[in-house]
Amino acid sequence: MTQGLAVTPVPVIEAQHLSKRFGDLRAVDDLSFSIPAGQCYGFLGPNGAGKTTTLKMLMGLASFDEGSLRVLGHALPQDARAVRARVGLVPQADNLDPDFTVRENLFMYARFFGLKRRAVADRVEALLAFAELTAKAEAKVETLSGGMKRRLTIARALINDPELVILDEPTTGLDPQVRHLIWARLAELRARGVSLILTTHYMEEAERLCDRLVIMDHGRILDEGTPAALIHRHVESDVIELRGSVSEALFTTLRSMSAHAERQGTAVYIYTHAATPILEFLEDADNLTVIHRRAGLEDVFLRLTGRGLRE
Amino acid sequence: MNRSHWQRPRFRRAAWALVQRNFLVWRKLLGPAIVLNFGEPLIYLLGLGLGLGMLIGPVDGLPYLTFLASGMVASATMTTVSFEGMYSVFTRMVPQKTWDAMLATPMDLDDIVLGETLWAALKGLLSASMILLVAALFGAVSGGWMALWALPVAFLLGLSFTGPAIAMTALAGSYDFFNYYFVLIVTPMFMFSGVFFPLDQLPAGWQAFVQFLPLTHAVAVIRPLMTGAPLTALGLHLAVLAGFGLVSFYLAVVMVRRRLWV
Repeated sequence: MTQGLAVTPVPVIEAQHLSKRFGDLRAVDDLSFSIPAGQCYGFLGPNGAGKTTTLKMLMGLASFDEGSLRVLGHALPQDARAVRARVGLVPQADNLDPDFTVRENLFMYARFFGLKRRAVADRVEALLAFAELTAKAEAKVETLSGGMKRRLTIARALINDPELVILDEPTTGLDPQVRHLIWARLAELRARGVSLILTTHYMEEAERLCDRLVIMDHGRILDEGTPAALIHRHVESDVIELRGSVSEALFTTLRSMSAHAERQGTAVYIYTHAATPILEFLEDADNLTVIHRRAGLEDVFLRLTGRGLRE
Repeated sequence: MNRSHWQRPRFRRAAWALVQRNFLVWRKLLGPAIVLNFGEPLIYLLGLGLGLGMLIGPVDGLPYLTFLASGMVASATMTTVSFEGMYSVFTRMVPQKTWDAMLATPMDLDDIVLGETLWAALKGLLSASMILLVAALFGAVSGGWMALWALPVAFLLGLSFTGPAIAMTALAGSYDFFNYYFVLIVTPMFMFSGVFFPLDQLPAGWQAFVQFLPLTHAVAVIRPLMTGAPLTALGLHLAVLAGFGLVSFYLAVVMVRRRLWV
């Protein structure tokens, strides 16, 4: 009975040509992607790009008009309940039970999965330790700080020992200490073989955590790949940022010297593979602040989705 | 593969998890809950039953307190489930997002509406039991042990009145919206379903009209059970309550789906 072992593992998600309309708005427009097991996979995009709607589809909480979707081998939307039994969700907005203590929140949530109190007792204590909330176990949720609530929400999403955890902006609004703790915990989960899917507006978070990611806008996928591949594909290796008043003549010169340059308010961004000549040229410009750095995911994001505000 | 808002609701045991959750929260907030569900009808019962009862003498051959107590069992049940189905359900559905949290588990909206309905009806049953107990202590229950049969009827009444309350919640943008239902539906039933005075006091046209109020049929069963008067048309009254309950539960499920399905 060893023949089966050669089979490639089932991807956690297989989406083909997913589309969903709200009236005239195409919230999700012909989305296809496949997410291998055991990875951290990111969805990046401006507000309104369709990220949250996509996550809701993966949970069987939003219908779709066209396409097909399999999560952990189950077809959606038919097997939504079976999917949710094996997936954990960390929603964007906290929805902990304010009347319960920290520990009671975990026990009660287990009940919604049909799990018995005795069966999860050990797991509840382990999750409290994982989220560094053991000392707060008897505290009412109302009295917790934002960071503690977020950690409890993450612990709660693990109560059913999920194979896949979906996190919708898991660190938005948190201080750096909490953010680093959460990153460490997510890395720990991934090392244990739990698949992670997350959305975020923090490019540093995506670069740190995600094995692969997609950049979305207007319901469509603009590109997909590892963070390094996306950076390599879409922007030059170096960025020179100028702050101060850059005359039109200087801007034109810089544009001719570089691969790409753009103005944003009082700042100018110069993208290039060869930074040295430009930096030498700028040495005399002492009324300008010159910042030289490696290009990152944020540059890719802005290049692909533009700098216009989304409101 | 397309789901329909009108598809048949499923009844699953998962709904009990929500009943359990609501019970545990209720136990923590016991004080205010008891004042609302028990204290208020108790004051009505004593104030009107004893106070007004001294002025008006027997009604339908019963001391007024005895007459009123049987009506209050029904009306308090209605009021309790209406509050629960509107204010409390709205709190869990909108500001507190308790439903969102449950929807990320294998529970779905059918389970949630069923769980909320069972829970509200249990709270209604508790209100009914409290009034029955107080009335018995004041010697205002003349039907003997038969009066206990009023409780399953009150539970049925609670189930049937939770449906419209949850349906209103599915339409509500804020708590203020519930004023419509209370003023236009709950209060008229409270006044004109035979809780405070016998229906044969009403003009003939009104008497026909009040037969369309579900609470009238609940009072018509609970009063004879509690006072020992002969039961008439039991099957009809129960059928009206059950029918009203089934239709309103179904509508509640449909309206909640319309609001929350994405």
